[in-house]
Amino acid sequence: MPILVRLRVNDTPTQHLVEPRVLLVHYLRDLCGLTGTHVGCETSICGACTVLVDGKAVKSCTMFAVQADGSEVTTVEGLATDAALHPVQQGFWECHGLQCGYCTPGMIMASVQLLARHASPTRDQIANGLRGNLCRCTGYTHILDAVQYAAPAVAQAAAGKAVARV
Amino acid sequence: MKRVEDPRLVRGIGTYTDDLRLPGLLHAAILRSPHAHARVKRIDASAAQAMPGVVGVFTGKDVNDACGAVPCAAAIPALKAPRHTVLAGDRVYFVGHAVAVVVATDPYSARDAVEAIEVDYDPLPVVVNPEEAAKSGSALTHPDLGTNVAFSQTVAGGGDIEAAFRNADRIITHRLYHQRLTPMPIEPRAVVASYHRGEQALTLWTSTQIPHLLRTLLPGMLNIPEPKLRIVAPEVGGGFGAKLNVYAEEALVAHLAMRLNAPVKWIESRRENAMSTIHGRDQIGDYEVAVKNDGTILGIKSRTIADIGAYNQLLTPMVPTLTGLVLTGCYKIPAVKIDLTAVYTHKMATDAYRGAGRPEATYLIERLMDVVANELKIDRLAIRTKHFPAPSEFPFATACGLTYDSGDYFGSLAKAKQLANWDALVAARDAARRGGKLAGIGVSTYVEICAMGPSKAMPAGGWEWGCVRMEISGKVTVITGVTPHGQGQETSFAQIVGDRLGVPIEDVIVMKGDTAVAHYGRDTYGSRGTAVGGTAIVMCVDKIIAKAKKLAAHLFETLDEHVVFARGIFSAPGVSTRTIPWGELAAEAYIAKNLPAGLEPGLEASSFYEPENFTFPFGAHVCAVEIDRDTGRVAITKYVAVDDCGTQINPLLVEGQVQGGIAQSIGQALFEQTIYDENGQLLTGEFMDYPIPRAVDIPEYVLGSTVTPSPVNPLGVKGVGEAGTIGATPAIANAVLDALQPLGVVHLDLPLTPERVWRAINATVTV
Repeated sequence: MPILVRLRVNDTPTQHLVEPRVLLVHYLRDLCGLTGTHVGCETSICGACTVLVDGKAVKSCTMFAVQADGSEVTTVEGLATDAALHPVQQGFWECHGLQCGYCTPGMIMASVQLLARHASPTRDQIANGLRGNLCRCTGYTHILDAVQYAAPAVAQAAAGKAVARV
Repeated sequence: MKRVEDPRLVRGIGTYTDDLRLPGLLHAAILRSPHAHARVKRIDASAAQAMPGVVGVFTGKDVNDACGAVPCAAAIPALKAPRHTVLAGDRVYFVGHAVAVVVATDPYSARDAVEAIEVDYDPLPVVVNPEEAAKSGSALTHPDLGTNVAFSQTVAGGGDIEAAFRNADRIITHRLYHQRLTPMPIEPRAVVASYHRGEQALTLWTSTQIPHLLRTLLPGMLNIPEPKLRIVAPEVGGGFGAKLNVYAEEALVAHLAMRLNAPVKWIESRRENAMSTIHGRDQIGDYEVAVKNDGTILGIKSRTIADIGAYNQLLTPMVPTLTGLVLTGCYKIPAVKIDLTAVYTHKMATDAYRGAGRPEATYLIERLMDVVANELKIDRLAIRTKHFPAPSEFPFATACGLTYDSGDYFGSLAKAKQLANWDALVAARDAARRGGKLAGIGVSTYVEICAMGPSKAMPAGGWEWGCVRMEISGKVTVITGVTPHGQGQETSFAQIVGDRLGVPIEDVIVMKGDTAVAHYGRDTYGSRGTAVGGTAIVMCVDKIIAKAKKLAAHLFETLDEHVVFARGIFSAPGVSTRTIPWGELAAEAYIAKNLPAGLEPGLEASSFYEPENFTFPFGAHVCAVEIDRDTGRVAITKYVAVDDCGTQINPLLVEGQVQGGIAQSIGQALFEQTIYDENGQLLTGEFMDYPIPRAVDIPEYVLGSTVTPSPVNPLGVKGVGEAGTIGATPAIANAVLDALQPLGVVHLDLPLTPERVWRAINATVTV
């Protein structure tokens, strides 16, 4: 029996009737049309589906949409403004932190949370923080570079804003 | 410079195949065999057909005739091959073999219905051991075929191998298993098909490396002529060879779209990817090296059995033959004899996976060099350099039948040693050992063959096509027949063209991946994108500049030879003070009011580039490890890679390819193996059981390069996509075996998991 789920996704209210078993990732991709969040496995290991739910990184393939009812969800599409990329996105671009781009949205969202918790992480901290995100193309070195690159700008933005965006 | 691909990808607004939305889209889900070998006695789809949202359920008898056989393009003489239908017929031959397909209005309903299909299987004897399968009297993978041997081939090259073995002081033997691997791109396969009944035209979007080869090969399956077939590779989330193929599902989904008069999408789960997307490697063999006591290698005899799985996919039987091409590696080894037998087993097919036959060769020869050095008590580096050709000896003809274009193996090894601080590294290892640690250093000096390749040696053409068009506006359109899926040619080709035409890189737009735009191409694999595809583009640029000079000469009212082109500007020094930029010249060319006689309007050129040879990247990797005695865990304490891919168009992209390739080698060396049990059940069907490296598994690399331009193409580019994966595995393996050598361990097969290493350590410990 369908259930009405209401989420704010990237600051936009959404509501859809869904079967209880519909995964959050499919709610976002198919019902909201936000296909930036990707599916790479069904055992919640690869992390391509990572989004933020109420500010916390979640693997949206392992959460039902109904569980997120009432939450604020941020996907990769919600990071940039019209004017600029999010510093983490900019870092991935500057440091060649992506090749095929498929793991990238999840990797970026996990990195956003990492930097929200560690303003100036070491490479080991970044690598550990990204244990839940698999990449087969890059070998991760440039991903670590990208997060280190972004850290100062993220810290500055967080300090400078009255209300942090994420 | 930064990639032009990235803004859309970091924003999550690139379109991968599963992102496509079409009106009326239906969703397909596949029922796959849980048995490795069985008769399919009965399929009852009635319950499935009655479920909500289900449009149809189809089996082999419904679709196999219309879809034709899945093709194998490898030309192997006397290949015995089973017919490979799109869905199973009356038997299944591997776990994951597609048996039936459901089409429904949404993907959840399709999966529900798959589970409601009832199939009666009659299990049959399973063949999983390739050495057993090769013996006469073995149970048969395909009983109708009468044998498990797909083909056998003996290649002898160079000098007299028997004389070499007679003249040897010693014959050193070795056995090793190059394990089966699963490529595991993060994006599983996905296909969307849409058929226009009026135009009788099919569009297929598929997560593929080879839209152009598909356009050549699908007509033979679906009976749709090429002009009515459009194949699009949208963004592709990783390939590594796994998507260099023609898959049954592609023809199946196309057929369903035509049959149902509605667009159909199919995406695979990760488990399906592990079961039914091609696997890599899987060679086991016995090797003999004829040596003199001073370490001179007189010849190698190699007897390899390749486990190719149940069916031939596109290049399945060809891949193990590539191993023989570079078996002698960087070395002047005068004679080889290579016996290869490929056998069928009840597993998924193997095919080209990053390196395709060359990692197998490099792992083999580099392990053999260490084994021989240790047996003869000769320094492992000395035995290598003893056999290197000098740079002046290039082009260098090998006993395996190839001619290496250019190389400086002494140079790359010297640089790797220098970057590794070799003497200090050895001293540190020795000190660690004295302190009771298990520490080791491994080296790999490798050469590989890529930039596929001269058409004589390729199954369906090795050329590449390109087109460059100067638009009226002065912007430049580049169309390429290669199909990058992460390699960055939208950027590097813009660099090449921008640089040669003197046009800002932002004004050069590269198009790829759509056969409606580039009708012919030979796509991306075998590290050919820049070396072959880039050269086709250069040929086009040269043609445009030549034509533009003629037009400019006409506008300057002078002879062609008086025109000078430099940095995007045409001038005629001494004749005129006027200069003509591209924008003005392009306008003249297209508006065409003042063209010289005999000059066609327009400013575009297309070219087919036929490479005269492969290219031969090379390098040296140094790896230091420490092993935890209590857990068997291997820690890489230093990793140095010096790779020579010739000219580097974009060093940041080169670095990315090397780093990614080394990571896959770390996976192969320490973690990964595709495992089937004795019943043919796949035990490594998810990331839980098939552990690809994570960020925490990767050491800090010290990367260096030498640049030895290839004489094969005007860019001097050799190619770099696979080199990391080829060079790194043996360096890591040799390091671990070096660490275990004081315990008397001579060899361990890969992966060197903690358990395997721990058992080896403890097998040698007397209590």
